[in-house]
Amino acid sequence: MNWLMAFVYRLINICSKELLAVLKDPSSRVILVVPPLMQSLLFGYAASYDLTDAPYAVLDQSNSLHSRELIARIDGTGVFHRIATLHSSDQIAAVIGNGEALLAIQIPADFDARLNLQQVSPIQMILDGRNSATANTAAGHIGAIVASYNQRLDPDSGPLIQVVSRAWFNDNLQTRWIILPGMIAALSMIQTMMLTALSVAREREQGTFDQLLVTPHTPLEILISKAVPSILIGLVQSTLVLLVSLFWFQIPMAGSLATLYAGLLMFTIASVGIGLSISALSANMQQAMLYTFVLIMPLMLLSGLATPVENMPDILQTATYLNPLRFSIHLVREVYLEGAQLADVVPDLIPLIIISVVTLPLAAWLFRHRLV
Amino acid sequence: MDAGQLAVQAEAVHKAFYDKQTRITQQALKAVDLQIPGGSLTALVGPDGAGKTTLLRLMAGLMQANSGVLEVLGIDVGRDPQAVQDRISYMPQRFGLYEDLSVQENLDLYADLHGIPKARRDERYRRLLHMTDLARFTDRAAGKLSGGMKQKLGLACTLVRSPDLLLLDEPTVGVDPLSRRELWQIIQQLIAEEQLSVIVSTAYLDEAGLCDRVYVLHEGELLAQGTPTELRRHADQRCFIAVPAAGQNALQLQARLIDADQLIVDAVPHGGAVRFVTQPDLAQIQLSELLRGASVRAAEPQLEDGFMVLLRARLGAVHVEVDALQQELKQEQPPSGRAASGGSEVVIEVRDLVRTFGDFTAVASTSFDVRRGEIFGLLGPNGAGKTTTFRMLCGLLPSTSGFLQVAGVNLRTARASARRRIGYVSQKFALYGNLTVRENLRFFGGAYGLHGKQLKSRIASVLEQFDLQGQEHTRSGELPGGFKQRLAMAAGLIHEPEILFLDEPTSGADPLARRAFWRRITALAESGTTIIITTHFMEEAEYCDRILIQDAGKRLAMGTPQQVREQVQPVREAGQPILSMEETFIGIVERSRNGQHDGRGALA
Amino acid sequence: MSETLVGGFWRRLLSLVRKETRQLLRDKSNLLIGIGLPIVLIFIFGYGVSLDVRNIRLAVVLDDHAPAASDFVSGLTLSRYFQPLPAASLHQAKQMMRDGEAEGIVHLASDFSRQLSAGQAQVQLIVSGTEAPRAGPIVNYMNALVEQWQQKRADRQGLSEGGGARIQLIERIWFNDANTSTWFLVPGLIVLIMTLVGTFLTALVMAREWERGTLEALFVTPVRPTEVLLAKVTPYFAVGMLGLVLCMLAGRLLFDVPINGSLLVLLLASMLYLLVALGIGLLISSATKNQFLASQIAILASFLPALMLSGFVFDLRNLPVGIQVISYALPATYFIELIRTLFLAGNFWPLIIKDCLILGAYALVLLSLARYLTRKRLD
Repeated sequence: MNWLMAFVYRLINICSKELLAVLKDPSSRVILVVPPLMQSLLFGYAASYDLTDAPYAVLDQSNSLHSRELIARIDGTGVFHRIATLHSSDQIAAVIGNGEALLAIQIPADFDARLNLQQVSPIQMILDGRNSATANTAAGHIGAIVASYNQRLDPDSGPLIQVVSRAWFNDNLQTRWIILPGMIAALSMIQTMMLTALSVAREREQGTFDQLLVTPHTPLEILISKAVPSILIGLVQSTLVLLVSLFWFQIPMAGSLATLYAGLLMFTIASVGIGLSISALSANMQQAMLYTFVLIMPLMLLSGLATPVENMPDILQTATYLNPLRFSIHLVREVYLEGAQLADVVPDLIPLIIISVVTLPLAAWLFRHRLV
Repeated sequence: MDAGQLAVQAEAVHKAFYDKQTRITQQALKAVDLQIPGGSLTALVGPDGAGKTTLLRLMAGLMQANSGVLEVLGIDVGRDPQAVQDRISYMPQRFGLYEDLSVQENLDLYADLHGIPKARRDERYRRLLHMTDLARFTDRAAGKLSGGMKQKLGLACTLVRSPDLLLLDEPTVGVDPLSRRELWQIIQQLIAEEQLSVIVSTAYLDEAGLCDRVYVLHEGELLAQGTPTELRRHADQRCFIAVPAAGQNALQLQARLIDADQLIVDAVPHGGAVRFVTQPDLAQIQLSELLRGASVRAAEPQLEDGFMVLLRARLGAVHVEVDALQQELKQEQPPSGRAASGGSEVVIEVRDLVRTFGDFTAVASTSFDVRRGEIFGLLGPNGAGKTTTFRMLCGLLPSTSGFLQVAGVNLRTARASARRRIGYVSQKFALYGNLTVRENLRFFGGAYGLHGKQLKSRIASVLEQFDLQGQEHTRSGELPGGFKQRLAMAAGLIHEPEILFLDEPTSGADPLARRAFWRRITALAESGTTIIITTHFMEEAEYCDRILIQDAGKRLAMGTPQQVREQVQPVREAGQPILSMEETFIGIVERSRNGQHDGRGALA
Repeated sequence: MSETLVGGFWRRLLSLVRKETRQLLRDKSNLLIGIGLPIVLIFIFGYGVSLDVRNIRLAVVLDDHAPAASDFVSGLTLSRYFQPLPAASLHQAKQMMRDGEAEGIVHLASDFSRQLSAGQAQVQLIVSGTEAPRAGPIVNYMNALVEQWQQKRADRQGLSEGGGARIQLIERIWFNDANTSTWFLVPGLIVLIMTLVGTFLTALVMAREWERGTLEALFVTPVRPTEVLLAKVTPYFAVGMLGLVLCMLAGRLLFDVPINGSLLVLLLASMLYLLVALGIGLLISSATKNQFLASQIAILASFLPALMLSGFVFDLRNLPVGIQVISYALPATYFIELIRTLFLAGNFWPLIIKDCLILGAYALVLLSLARYLTRKRLD
């Protein structure tokens, strides 16, 4: 018991030193709080696949009742706004090519006549494919407008099938609803990893590491002392993003906080494990910084944060099993949006635990064998 | 340039720095006036923080004075720094060699920047490489050179051209006596051949003694100026050497003298005797009380004596609370003490210790013992293996082979708790800069298992012993140099270790601070703490009970300072001065390098 | 000092460029960031990151076994977007969705064919909003599929002969014949790589010189600050252009991205943006003089915005006005627009000239500012 008490005393001592060392530095205080807040706000607005404002141009060669009404319907959506009314098909190339309009609709002269003859009447839609995702979304919107117009034109034309779609967990399919929960995990990872990766290198560069090693602290205690503050800071950063998500963007949370934090804790431990391994491998701060940066890039890009994992080819989908962020983003979304219980997120927790169980002892081993 | 022209002329130069974090404005230079004639070798001396570097940077046009006029080579440097920079050469304290470029590439870069025509280069390179002894290493990356060689390469890069004025900022800091002597030989040779004007800043007073003129700076003010002879004269008629009576210890005499700061300006151990400088109006009776039968003779004043007189006149005494230190420790430690050191317990035992890095042997089969209460000095040139030995002793580095025991265990393999018995103060200030003094002490105390009341009382007593009261809540990174050093000592001693490891603790400290430091060390040893120390100030070896001199990983000599000195100067003729430790050191290292070492050096 | 000032300028510049190039080549971590990371990014964006929704795993619940219902399912099977997975019941389908086996459910109720004959039928589609970027297109695809299937049925039943007035929407997507996001991500990647090399790496390397004090000795020589900056910029400019060439080659050879615009304009425009990126990098380093801070600022103020706010992934047209203002303050935004046009669309001069002028102005301002801040001073 005595031994245990001494151990606990020493742990508290060294961990509080680490926390103080980070928190007492004014520039690191700013770096720990401002970026997650700024990024979650900025990217919460910016990361969106939801078309809100699509400029378009019209070449109405028919200029008839039907064509005007169709255009009025497009204008009436609030998404499309007409920036040009063209007079010749030669103008289309410039208006699309120079990026002024996302799409152009060309209505031929015989449009009205064909409709009056009860014929199929083609109209053309030209889209700017430089961002094909946007183009496809816009095409979908226009398609729906035309379809509903068709229904009005001829209510009896054959059987009508209606697709009744329902989206679970995110009724309006807003990108923001999935980006922000994703950022709860992703934003904290950047700095947790960077902070841990730099922690040992910084002490080594400042010469304090030797001083630390000659004290009775064991390498294990030193390792824990490097991990604990980073874990706490990571959780605080996640909390900041969570607050932005809940109260600024008012995205309702379906699951329990306890489950969310259990998942986040495990994730942060896994990232700290990776950070510590980098830390043990790098000789100086510069190396630690570069390694972390080079590692964080693919981790972020292949995590499903901004682009769905399911869009990737199978091989890369398999590769993402090594990525703790992939699981944690999935986990946070499930808890936050779907209200998943602890039992439901076990498949995501297990990989995180495996990553921690591999990286933490690896870091400890590297510590013992590389330095000292 | 003409000797008649002034190289540098300063009138009321004032420079302040504003620290955004602390919002404190620091006065680096206060109304400095000086006139440095051309064609001469000039020294700026003063402790760390005296303003030497700032003054040189102002001259080099790297900074601008807040007020006052500074003319270099007749040009107002504040107005047209580039015109000055086109004509001078400058070697900063930390010469920024490009470490991934080779020696040759570094030289080429500076030759190109200075516009040395290709035809003149070959001759110049040959001379510089010969003088710096770097010719063998032209292809080696600068980052892979030893500290001394880097410094020499920095000097070579600075000297690729023959400038109108050469500015050198502490060119020998962190360099061992041998490399130091070589660097000065290069400088002097160039002065002789090219009639260079040189301004050099230094913390070593023996170097200042080689210059034509000396300017003494202290806390941004010009304390004194003159030729070395003029400065020496401040201590005229006040320098003595006391040889202790039989059975008396020189170090105890030195301690007694330095503690009597009302009467004595300075006292240092010197070859089994004590060299001291008295206050001007000293009564003979008071002196003989202190001397207790030691025989006294007058001595020639040296530059350091003059300097100490000047400093003391300015600062008063730095009194060390020795009693507090000793009483505190004596309660805890077995009362062995230095007086009993002769045959007492061995606390550090090293047998055939070897450490290799790849095919480079850093430490080759070294053996020695250190006894309780002893002050043991590890000396050697750069790259001699001192630091490696030190790190192995502290358990920071595994040994390749050999036997090693500190306080009965090998710290490398022993339980972590065994480290509670040692304290370690590293070369560089290695405490947490953004924690306050108290937070640092609390952390290190806690690390050594102290807590609660005990921790509190230990913090209070080290704060007192090391004169840190009133600074508890200052961030340690913002402390002035001397305070940092004392804080590092306080942190190393907070748990009252049996053995204290000190790695170059005095580099960069001013002489007064060094005297105070050594007074504390001798007091600690007195009360039973064993001390192992490395130092670049060879005179400080005199404070050690025994010293070990290493070079290229090999043990060259070991014994008391006196025994080691006798290896170089076996018999001292009457009238011949006592060989200084520096001369002894150089003698021993050179003899070994010339292969004349006959193996007698090892005194077990 | 008999030599002319100009001669001295070239000699010193050449010597410094040689030094920078050597350092660049000898420091492996520089090469890792300057060349290794771009290659990794090309592969990630070329193969990994995609906005194209394919292979949609749909649980199909058929409560109606009439021919019309199975015909609908076969239509689903033939679609290149969907992968139907049979489910016995709605309950099972929901379980499949929870387990992540399916990402959506199509449900045909037991009265589907009866209602179809009656002229009014429903197809129920459930998607998961936790993957909104996929869910939206899934709904669109399903609508289009149902429309198509209806049309086919009508054709088969001979109803289409004069079968009523109907508008037929003919879609043509210009500038992206393959209709794949790879075509717009790979050219955009050039922006990321140039920001990485120009801003992040350059800021780091220059800050290192300040931090290590290597500039102190260098400054007290006849060298001018402009020369120090130019020499620093030159090799990293070359590395940035190498990134451009890598992207162009990968785009052409691996992903068949066309280059419809003028190659010369493409090169010139890229150089302009690279100068902007270098300007930002130099500015950051001379303002911070510290590697850690410089790298953090470079990532936060330059790299992440170029990734998130420039239109690289997320279309600017989707952003709220306030954020658009920030986006249009970023030079990366103009370069993305420009480079995509030059790769995919062709020489649309009004856009090219507008964007080049803006980038040129940024380059001029940033580089002059960097020059102004880099003085041979330590205080």
